[in-house]
Amino acid sequence: MCSTCGCGHADMITITKIGDEENHEHFSLHAEEAVSHAHHHHHHESGQAHTHRHVHEDGTVAHHHHEVPTSRIVVDLEMDILHKNDLMASRNRGYFEALQIVALNLVSSPGSGKTSLLETTLTALSSEVNCHVIEGDQQSSNDAQRIAETQVPVVQINTGKACHLDAQMVQKAYKQLSPENRSILFIENVGNLVCPAMFDLGESARVVIISVTEGDDKPIKYPDMFHSADICVINKIDLLPYVQFDVDKVKEYALRVNPNLEFFELSATTGEGMESWYKWLHDRLRDAP
Amino acid sequence: MHELSIVLNILEIAEHQLKEHAGNKVDAIELEIGTMAGIEMDAFHFAWDAALPGSVLERCKLTIHSVDAKALCSECGYMYRMLEHYMACPACGSFRNSMIQGKELKVNSLEII
Ligand SMILES: Nc1nc2c(ncn2[C@@H]2O[C@H](COP(=O)(O)OP(=O)(O)O)[C@@H](O)[C@H]2O)c(=O)[nH]1
Ligand SMILES: [Mg+2]
Ligand SMILES: [Zn+2]
Ligand SMILES: [Zn+2]
Ligand SMILES: [Zn+2]
Ligand SMILES: [Zn+2]
Repeated sequence: MCSTCGCGHADMITITKIGDEENHEHFSLHAEEAVSHAHHHHHHESGQAHTHRHVHEDGTVAHHHHEVPTSRIVVDLEMDILHKNDLMASRNRGYFEALQIVALNLVSSPGSGKTSLLETTLTALSSEVNCHVIEGDQQSSNDAQRIAETQVPVVQINTGKACHLDAQMVQKAYKQLSPENRSILFIENVGNLVCPAMFDLGESARVVIISVTEGDDKPIKYPDMFHSADICVINKIDLLPYVQFDVDKVKEYALRVNPNLEFFELSATTGEGMESWYKWLHDRLRDAP
Repeated sequence: MHELSIVLNILEIAEHQLKEHAGNKVDAIELEIGTMAGIEMDAFHFAWDAALPGSVLERCKLTIHSVDAKALCSECGYMYRMLEHYMACPACGSFRNSMIQGKELKVNSLEII
Protein backbone atom coordinates (compact mmCIF):
# COMPACT_ATOMS: atom_id res chain seq x y z
CA MET A 1 0.00 0.00 0.00
CA CYS A 2 1.17 3.51 -0.79
CA SER A 3 1.78 5.52 2.38
CA THR A 4 1.12 8.87 0.68
CA CYS A 5 -2.22 8.23 -0.98
CA GLY A 6 -3.23 5.02 0.71
CA CYS A 7 -4.06 3.34 -2.57
CA GLY A 8 -3.77 -0.40 -2.59
CA HIS A 9 -1.75 -1.08 -5.73
CA ALA A 10 0.57 -3.79 -4.52
CA ASP A 11 3.94 -4.45 -6.15
CA MET A 12 4.10 -1.02 -7.67
CA ILE A 13 6.98 1.23 -8.50
CA THR A 14 6.45 4.65 -6.88
CA ILE A 15 8.07 7.86 -8.07
CA THR A 16 7.93 10.85 -5.74
CA LYS A 17 9.42 14.29 -6.14
CA ILE A 18 10.43 15.58 -2.74
CA GLY A 19 8.39 18.73 -2.02
CA ASP A 20 5.68 17.64 -4.45
CA GLU A 21 4.53 14.41 -2.83
CA GLU A 22 0.91 14.86 -3.92
CA ASN A 23 1.80 14.22 -7.55
CA HIS A 24 3.59 10.96 -7.07
CA GLU A 25 3.16 8.28 -9.67
CA HIS A 26 2.71 4.50 -9.51
CA PHE A 27 3.31 2.00 -12.22
CA SER A 28 3.70 -1.70 -12.49
CA LEU A 29 6.84 -3.62 -13.40
CA HIS A 30 4.87 -5.92 -15.59
CA ALA A 31 3.70 -2.97 -17.53
CA GLU A 32 0.10 -3.53 -18.56
CA GLU A 33 -1.15 -1.04 -16.02
CA ALA A 34 0.01 2.46 -15.18
CA VAL A 35 -1.57 4.67 -12.57
CA SER A 36 -0.84 8.26 -11.74
CA HIS A 37 -2.45 10.44 -9.12
CA ALA A 38 -2.42 14.00 -10.39
CA HIS A 39 -3.82 15.90 -7.42
CA HIS A 40 -5.11 12.63 -6.13
CA HIS A 41 -7.51 11.90 -8.92
CA HIS A 42 -6.78 8.39 -9.98
CA HIS A 43 -6.12 8.07 -13.68
CA HIS A 44 -5.80 4.52 -14.81
CA GLU A 45 -4.01 4.76 -18.09
CA SER A 46 -4.05 1.61 -20.09
CA GLY A 47 -0.40 0.53 -20.44
CA GLN A 48 2.01 1.66 -23.10
CA ALA A 49 1.02 1.10 -26.68
CA HIS A 50 2.85 -1.93 -27.91
CA THR A 51 4.28 -0.74 -31.14
CA HIS A 52 7.50 -2.45 -31.90
CA ARG A 53 8.75 -4.37 -34.84
CA HIS A 54 11.45 -6.91 -34.69
CA VAL A 55 14.23 -5.93 -36.98
CA HIS A 56 17.41 -7.88 -37.55
CA GLU A 57 20.72 -6.09 -37.58
CA ASP A 58 20.76 -6.29 -41.36
CA GLY A 59 17.46 -4.44 -41.39
CA THR A 60 15.16 -7.27 -42.39
CA VAL A 61 12.03 -7.68 -40.35
CA ALA A 62 12.36 -10.78 -38.21
CA HIS A 63 8.92 -12.11 -38.41
CA HIS A 64 9.04 -15.15 -40.60
CA HIS A 65 6.71 -17.71 -39.17
CA HIS A 66 6.22 -21.12 -40.53
CA GLU A 67 2.64 -22.27 -40.41
CA VAL A 68 2.76 -25.92 -39.41
CA PRO A 69 -0.36 -28.09 -40.09
CA THR A 70 -1.80 -28.61 -36.57
CA SER A 71 -2.37 -24.86 -36.32
CA ARG A 72 0.91 -24.64 -34.51
CA ILE A 73 2.88 -21.50 -35.29
CA VAL A 74 6.64 -21.35 -34.84
CA VAL A 75 7.85 -17.79 -34.44
CA ASP A 76 11.57 -17.31 -35.05
CA LEU A 77 12.06 -14.27 -32.95
CA GLU A 78 15.75 -13.88 -32.07
CA MET A 79 14.80 -11.08 -29.72
CA ASP A 80 16.90 -9.70 -26.89
CA ILE A 81 15.05 -10.29 -23.66
CA LEU A 82 16.10 -6.85 -22.45
CA HIS A 83 15.26 -5.14 -25.75
CA LYS A 84 12.62 -2.97 -24.13
CA ASN A 85 15.02 -1.72 -21.49
CA ASP A 86 17.80 -1.21 -24.02
CA LEU A 87 15.50 0.75 -26.31
CA MET A 88 14.37 2.95 -23.44
CA ALA A 89 17.99 3.39 -22.31
CA SER A 90 19.07 4.60 -25.72
CA ARG A 91 16.20 7.09 -25.71
CA ASN A 92 17.36 8.34 -22.33
CA ARG A 93 20.91 8.58 -23.61
CA GLY A 94 19.75 10.58 -26.62
CA TYR A 95 17.82 12.93 -24.38
CA PHE A 96 20.80 13.44 -22.06
CA GLU A 97 23.16 14.06 -24.97
CA ALA A 98 20.80 16.51 -26.62
CA LEU A 99 20.64 18.55 -23.42
CA GLN A 100 24.33 18.01 -22.61
CA ILE A 101 23.40 16.40 -19.33
CA VAL A 102 26.02 14.23 -17.65
CA ALA A 103 24.06 11.32 -16.16
CA LEU A 104 25.91 9.17 -13.64
CA ASN A 105 24.69 5.79 -12.44
CA LEU A 106 26.06 5.19 -8.92
CA VAL A 107 26.14 1.57 -7.85
CA SER A 108 27.49 -0.21 -4.77
CA SER A 109 26.63 -2.57 -1.95
CA PRO A 110 24.36 -1.05 0.70
CA GLY A 111 26.32 1.26 2.99
CA SER A 112 29.38 1.93 0.79
CA GLY A 113 28.59 5.63 0.89
CA LYS A 114 26.64 6.55 -2.26
CA THR A 115 24.33 8.97 -0.48
CA SER A 116 27.18 10.42 1.60
CA LEU A 117 29.26 10.97 -1.53
CA LEU A 118 26.31 12.78 -3.10
CA GLU A 119 25.66 14.93 -0.02
CA THR A 120 29.28 16.10 0.11
CA THR A 121 29.51 16.58 -3.66
CA LEU A 122 26.26 18.55 -3.89
CA THR A 123 27.19 20.77 -0.97
CA ALA A 124 30.46 21.63 -2.72
CA LEU A 125 29.24 21.93 -6.31
CA SER A 126 25.61 22.94 -6.43
CA SER A 127 26.34 26.66 -6.30
CA GLU A 128 28.42 26.46 -9.51
CA VAL A 129 26.82 23.54 -11.37
CA ASN A 130 23.17 22.64 -11.89
CA CYS A 131 22.60 19.26 -10.27
CA HIS A 132 19.66 16.88 -9.98
CA VAL A 133 19.34 13.59 -8.15
CA ILE A 134 17.33 10.43 -8.64
CA GLU A 135 17.33 8.16 -5.59
CA GLY A 136 16.56 4.47 -6.01
CA ASP A 137 15.60 2.38 -2.99
CA GLN A 138 13.30 -0.56 -2.56
CA GLN A 139 11.52 1.33 0.19
CA SER A 140 11.56 4.63 2.13
CA SER A 141 12.50 8.11 1.04
CA ASN A 142 15.22 8.56 3.66
CA ASP A 143 18.00 9.04 1.13
CA ALA A 144 15.98 11.52 -0.91
CA GLN A 145 15.24 13.46 2.29
CA ARG A 146 18.99 13.60 3.00
CA ILE A 147 19.62 14.95 -0.51
CA ALA A 148 16.76 17.46 -0.20
CA GLU A 149 18.63 19.04 2.75
CA THR A 150 21.24 20.24 0.24
CA GLN A 151 18.45 22.10 -1.67
CA VAL A 152 19.13 20.08 -4.82
CA PRO A 153 15.98 18.83 -6.64
CA VAL A 154 15.51 15.14 -5.99
CA VAL A 155 13.08 12.40 -6.98
CA GLN A 156 12.75 9.18 -5.03
CA ILE A 157 12.03 5.95 -6.89
CA ASN A 158 10.77 3.16 -4.65
CA THR A 159 11.21 -0.04 -6.60
CA GLY A 160 9.28 -2.31 -4.20
CA LYS A 161 10.28 -5.85 -5.04
CA ALA A 162 12.71 -4.94 -7.79
CA CYS A 163 16.32 -4.78 -6.66
CA HIS A 164 17.54 -2.43 -9.40
CA LEU A 165 16.52 0.64 -11.36
CA ASP A 166 15.63 0.27 -15.00
CA ALA A 167 15.55 2.71 -17.89
CA GLN A 168 11.81 3.23 -17.74
CA MET A 169 11.83 4.16 -14.06
CA VAL A 170 14.63 6.63 -14.72
CA GLN A 171 12.75 8.17 -17.62
CA LYS A 172 9.67 8.75 -15.48
CA ALA A 173 11.83 10.22 -12.75
CA TYR A 174 13.74 12.72 -14.90
CA LYS A 175 10.48 13.86 -16.47
CA GLN A 176 9.45 14.97 -12.99
CA LEU A 177 12.78 16.74 -12.54
CA SER A 178 13.06 18.28 -16.02
CA PRO A 179 16.80 18.91 -15.65
CA GLU A 180 18.19 21.89 -17.56
CA ASN A 181 20.91 22.05 -20.19
CA ARG A 182 24.46 21.40 -19.05
CA SER A 183 23.63 19.86 -15.72
CA ILE A 184 24.68 16.75 -13.84
CA LEU A 185 22.09 14.10 -13.08
CA PHE A 186 23.19 11.77 -10.29
CA ILE A 187 21.29 8.49 -10.18
CA GLU A 188 21.77 6.49 -6.97
CA ASN A 189 20.88 2.92 -7.82
CA VAL A 190 19.50 0.36 -5.37
CA GLY A 191 22.29 -0.93 -3.09
CA ASN A 192 23.19 -4.18 -4.78
CA LEU A 193 26.28 -5.20 -6.75
CA VAL A 194 24.57 -7.83 -8.87
CA CYS A 195 21.23 -6.87 -10.35
CA PRO A 196 21.85 -3.27 -11.47
CA ALA A 197 24.76 -4.45 -13.65
CA MET A 198 22.39 -5.75 -16.33
CA PHE A 199 20.20 -2.72 -16.68
CA ASP A 200 21.47 0.12 -18.83
CA LEU A 201 19.80 3.35 -17.71
CA GLY A 202 21.18 5.44 -20.55
CA GLU A 203 23.82 6.89 -18.24
CA SER A 204 26.90 8.72 -19.50
CA ALA A 205 29.09 6.82 -17.05
CA ARG A 206 28.68 4.12 -14.46
CA VAL A 207 30.37 4.72 -11.12
CA VAL A 208 30.94 1.77 -8.81
CA ILE A 209 31.72 2.59 -5.18
CA ILE A 210 33.53 0.30 -2.79
CA SER A 211 34.45 1.26 0.76
CA VAL A 212 37.52 0.14 2.66
CA THR A 213 35.38 -1.65 5.24
CA GLU A 214 34.45 -4.20 2.55
CA GLY A 215 36.56 -7.06 1.25
CA ASP A 216 39.31 -6.03 -1.16
CA ASP A 217 38.39 -8.99 -3.38
CA LYS A 218 34.97 -7.55 -4.20
CA PRO A 219 35.87 -6.85 -7.84
CA ILE A 220 36.38 -10.54 -8.55
CA LYS A 221 33.37 -11.55 -6.47
CA TYR A 222 31.12 -9.18 -8.42
CA PRO A 223 32.89 -9.08 -11.78
CA ASP A 224 29.84 -8.13 -13.86
CA MET A 225 29.45 -4.86 -12.05
CA PHE A 226 33.13 -3.92 -12.15
CA HIS A 227 33.27 -5.00 -15.77
CA SER A 228 30.43 -2.69 -16.73
CA ALA A 229 31.62 0.34 -14.72
CA ASP A 230 33.69 3.26 -16.03
CA ILE A 231 34.76 4.71 -12.70
CA CYS A 232 35.61 3.10 -9.38
CA VAL A 233 35.43 5.21 -6.24
CA ILE A 234 37.22 3.80 -3.21
CA ASN A 235 35.45 5.46 -0.28
CA LYS A 236 36.05 5.79 3.47
CA ILE A 237 39.83 6.06 3.13
CA ASP A 238 39.79 7.86 6.51
CA LEU A 239 39.26 4.37 7.99
CA LEU A 240 42.30 2.80 6.29
CA PRO A 241 44.43 2.84 9.47
CA TYR A 242 41.83 0.71 11.25
CA VAL A 243 41.01 -1.95 8.69
CA GLN A 244 42.71 -4.69 6.72
CA PHE A 245 42.18 -3.33 3.25
CA ASP A 246 44.84 -3.26 0.58
CA VAL A 247 44.12 -0.43 -1.87
CA ASP A 248 46.67 -1.71 -4.39
CA LYS A 249 45.16 -5.15 -4.28
CA VAL A 250 41.61 -3.95 -4.88
CA LYS A 251 42.85 -1.91 -7.84
CA GLU A 252 44.75 -4.84 -9.24
CA TYR A 253 41.69 -7.09 -8.99
CA ALA A 254 39.46 -4.42 -10.50
CA LEU A 255 41.83 -3.88 -13.42
CA ARG A 256 41.85 -7.59 -14.16
CA VAL A 257 38.11 -7.46 -14.58
CA ASN A 258 38.17 -4.14 -16.40
CA PRO A 259 41.51 -2.71 -17.59
CA ASN A 260 39.86 0.62 -18.45
CA LEU A 261 38.62 1.53 -14.96
CA GLU A 262 39.58 4.91 -13.57
CA PHE A 263 39.94 5.25 -9.77
CA PHE A 264 39.25 7.87 -7.15
CA GLU A 265 40.31 7.33 -3.54
CA LEU A 266 38.41 9.55 -1.17
CA SER A 267 36.49 10.01 2.03
CA ALA A 268 32.99 11.36 1.64
CA THR A 269 32.87 12.32 5.30
CA THR A 270 36.26 14.01 5.81
CA GLY A 271 36.44 15.39 2.25
CA GLU A 272 39.92 13.94 1.67
CA GLY A 273 40.53 13.20 -2.01
CA MET A 274 37.33 14.88 -3.16
CA GLU A 275 39.10 17.52 -5.29
CA SER A 276 40.06 15.14 -8.09
CA TRP A 277 36.51 13.76 -8.15
CA TYR A 278 35.17 17.31 -8.51
CA LYS A 279 37.67 18.00 -11.26
CA TRP A 280 36.54 14.90 -13.10
CA LEU A 281 32.91 16.03 -12.82
CA HIS A 282 33.77 19.51 -14.14
CA ASP A 283 35.74 17.99 -17.01
CA ARG A 284 32.89 15.67 -17.94
CA LEU A 285 30.49 18.57 -17.97
CA ARG A 286 32.84 20.73 -20.04
CA ASP A 287 33.38 17.92 -22.55
CA ALA A 288 29.70 16.93 -22.73
CA PRO A 289 29.07 16.38 -26.44
CA MET B 1 16.83 -11.07 -7.92
CA HIS B 2 16.99 -9.63 -11.42
CA GLU B 3 16.18 -13.09 -12.76
CA LEU B 4 12.57 -12.32 -11.87
CA SER B 5 12.66 -9.21 -14.07
CA ILE B 6 14.17 -11.30 -16.83
CA VAL B 7 11.34 -13.82 -16.55
CA LEU B 8 8.77 -11.01 -16.56
CA ASN B 9 10.36 -9.57 -19.69
CA ILE B 10 10.12 -12.97 -21.37
CA LEU B 11 6.49 -13.19 -20.31
CA GLU B 12 5.79 -9.80 -21.81
CA ILE B 13 7.41 -10.82 -25.10
CA ALA B 14 5.38 -14.04 -25.10
CA GLU B 15 2.09 -12.26 -24.36
CA HIS B 16 2.77 -9.83 -27.15
CA GLN B 17 3.53 -12.58 -29.66
CA LEU B 18 0.47 -14.53 -28.61
CA LYS B 19 -1.72 -11.50 -29.20
CA GLU B 20 -0.08 -10.77 -32.52
CA HIS B 21 -0.60 -14.34 -33.76
CA ALA B 22 -4.01 -14.74 -32.17
CA GLY B 23 -2.90 -17.92 -30.40
CA ASN B 24 -4.21 -19.47 -27.21
CA LYS B 25 -1.09 -20.61 -25.54
CA VAL B 26 2.66 -20.78 -25.83
CA ASP B 27 3.53 -24.45 -26.08
CA ALA B 28 7.30 -24.18 -26.25
CA ILE B 29 9.94 -21.51 -25.92
CA GLU B 30 13.63 -21.54 -26.73
CA LEU B 31 16.04 -19.18 -25.04
CA GLU B 32 19.70 -18.47 -25.59
CA ILE B 33 21.66 -17.51 -22.50
CA GLY B 34 25.38 -16.77 -22.50
CA THR B 35 27.50 -17.97 -19.61
CA MET B 36 28.52 -14.32 -19.01
CA ALA B 37 25.04 -12.86 -19.34
CA GLY B 38 24.80 -12.41 -15.57
CA ILE B 39 22.11 -15.01 -15.08
CA GLU B 40 22.29 -17.41 -12.17
CA MET B 41 20.54 -20.47 -13.60
CA ASP B 42 19.20 -21.72 -10.26
CA ALA B 43 17.69 -18.33 -9.56
CA PHE B 44 16.33 -18.22 -13.09
CA HIS B 45 14.51 -21.54 -12.75
CA PHE B 46 13.22 -20.51 -9.36
CA ALA B 47 11.84 -17.26 -10.79
CA TRP B 48 10.43 -19.14 -13.78
CA ASP B 49 8.50 -21.54 -11.57
CA ALA B 50 7.34 -18.77 -9.26
CA ALA B 51 6.20 -16.23 -11.83
CA LEU B 52 4.45 -18.29 -14.48
CA PRO B 53 1.50 -20.15 -12.93
CA GLY B 54 -1.67 -18.69 -14.41
CA SER B 55 0.22 -16.98 -17.24
CA VAL B 56 0.44 -17.78 -20.95
CA LEU B 57 3.76 -19.53 -20.31
CA GLU B 58 2.39 -21.93 -17.73
CA ARG B 59 3.50 -25.49 -18.48
CA CYS B 60 5.22 -24.52 -21.70
CA LYS B 61 8.28 -26.48 -22.73
CA LEU B 62 11.41 -24.50 -21.91
CA THR B 63 14.64 -25.11 -23.80
CA ILE B 64 17.72 -23.13 -22.88
CA HIS B 65 20.74 -23.03 -25.17
CA SER B 66 23.79 -22.07 -23.18
CA VAL B 67 26.48 -20.14 -25.04
CA ASP B 68 30.06 -20.46 -23.79
CA ALA B 69 31.83 -17.15 -23.44
CA LYS B 70 34.77 -16.55 -25.76
CA ALA B 71 37.27 -13.75 -25.63
CA LEU B 72 39.77 -12.40 -28.11
CA CYS B 73 43.00 -11.22 -26.50
CA SER B 74 43.71 -7.60 -27.36
CA GLU B 75 47.47 -8.07 -26.95
CA CYS B 76 48.24 -11.27 -28.83
CA GLY B 77 45.03 -12.11 -30.69
CA TYR B 78 44.57 -15.50 -29.06
CA MET B 79 40.94 -16.66 -28.83
CA TYR B 80 40.02 -18.47 -25.64
CA ARG B 81 37.07 -19.75 -23.67
CA MET B 82 36.40 -17.30 -20.90
CA LEU B 83 35.39 -18.72 -17.57
CA GLU B 84 35.41 -15.46 -15.61
CA HIS B 85 35.71 -11.78 -16.45
CA TYR B 86 39.05 -11.71 -14.70
CA MET B 87 40.55 -14.56 -16.64
CA ALA B 88 43.92 -13.75 -18.16
CA CYS B 89 44.79 -14.77 -21.70
CA PRO B 90 46.29 -18.28 -21.41
CA ALA B 91 48.76 -17.41 -24.17
CA CYS B 92 50.23 -14.10 -22.98
CA GLY B 93 48.69 -13.34 -19.56
CA SER B 94 47.00 -10.09 -20.58
CA PHE B 95 43.67 -9.06 -19.07
CA ARG B 96 42.78 -6.93 -22.06
CA ASN B 97 40.31 -8.63 -24.31
CA SER B 98 37.05 -8.25 -26.13
CA MET B 99 34.27 -10.68 -25.58
CA ILE B 100 33.20 -12.40 -28.79
CA GLN B 101 30.23 -14.23 -27.35
CA GLY B 102 28.73 -15.15 -24.00
CA LYS B 103 26.53 -12.14 -23.24
CA GLU B 104 23.52 -13.52 -25.15
CA LEU B 105 20.15 -13.16 -23.49
CA LYS B 106 17.56 -13.87 -26.15
CA VAL B 107 14.25 -15.46 -26.96
CA ASN B 108 15.12 -17.52 -30.03
CA SER B 109 11.70 -18.88 -30.85
CA LEU B 110 8.21 -19.59 -29.62
CA GLU B 111 5.69 -22.23 -30.57
CA ILE B 112 2.17 -20.97 -30.35
CA ILE B 113 -0.94 -23.15 -30.45
N1 LIG C 1 34.16 6.90 8.10
C1 LIG C 1 33.44 7.09 6.99
N2 LIG C 1 32.14 6.76 6.98
C2 LIG C 1 31.42 6.99 5.85
C3 LIG C 1 32.02 7.56 4.70
N3 LIG C 1 31.07 7.64 3.73
C4 LIG C 1 29.93 7.14 4.29
N4 LIG C 1 30.14 6.75 5.56
C5 LIG C 1 29.15 6.16 6.47
O1 LIG C 1 28.71 4.92 5.95
C6 LIG C 1 27.32 4.73 6.24
C7 LIG C 1 26.55 4.43 4.97
O2 LIG C 1 26.62 5.57 4.11
P1 LIG C 1 25.52 5.88 2.99
O3 LIG C 1 25.96 7.11 2.30
O4 LIG C 1 24.15 5.88 3.58
O5 LIG C 1 25.68 4.60 2.05
P2 LIG C 1 24.79 4.10 0.81
O6 LIG C 1 23.93 3.00 1.32
O7 LIG C 1 25.78 3.60 -0.20
O8 LIG C 1 24.02 5.28 0.32
C8 LIG C 1 26.86 5.99 6.94
O9 LIG C 1 26.85 5.76 8.32
C9 LIG C 1 27.91 7.02 6.56
O10 LIG C 1 28.07 8.01 7.54
C10 LIG C 1 33.41 7.90 4.75
O11 LIG C 1 34.01 8.39 3.78
N5 LIG C 1 34.06 7.64 5.92
MG1 LIG D 1 21.93 5.46 -0.06
ZN1 LIG E 1 -0.01 6.60 -4.15
ZN1 LIG F 1 19.41 -10.43 -8.93
ZN1 LIG G 1 17.25 -6.86 -9.70
ZN1 LIG H 1 47.06 -12.93 -25.25
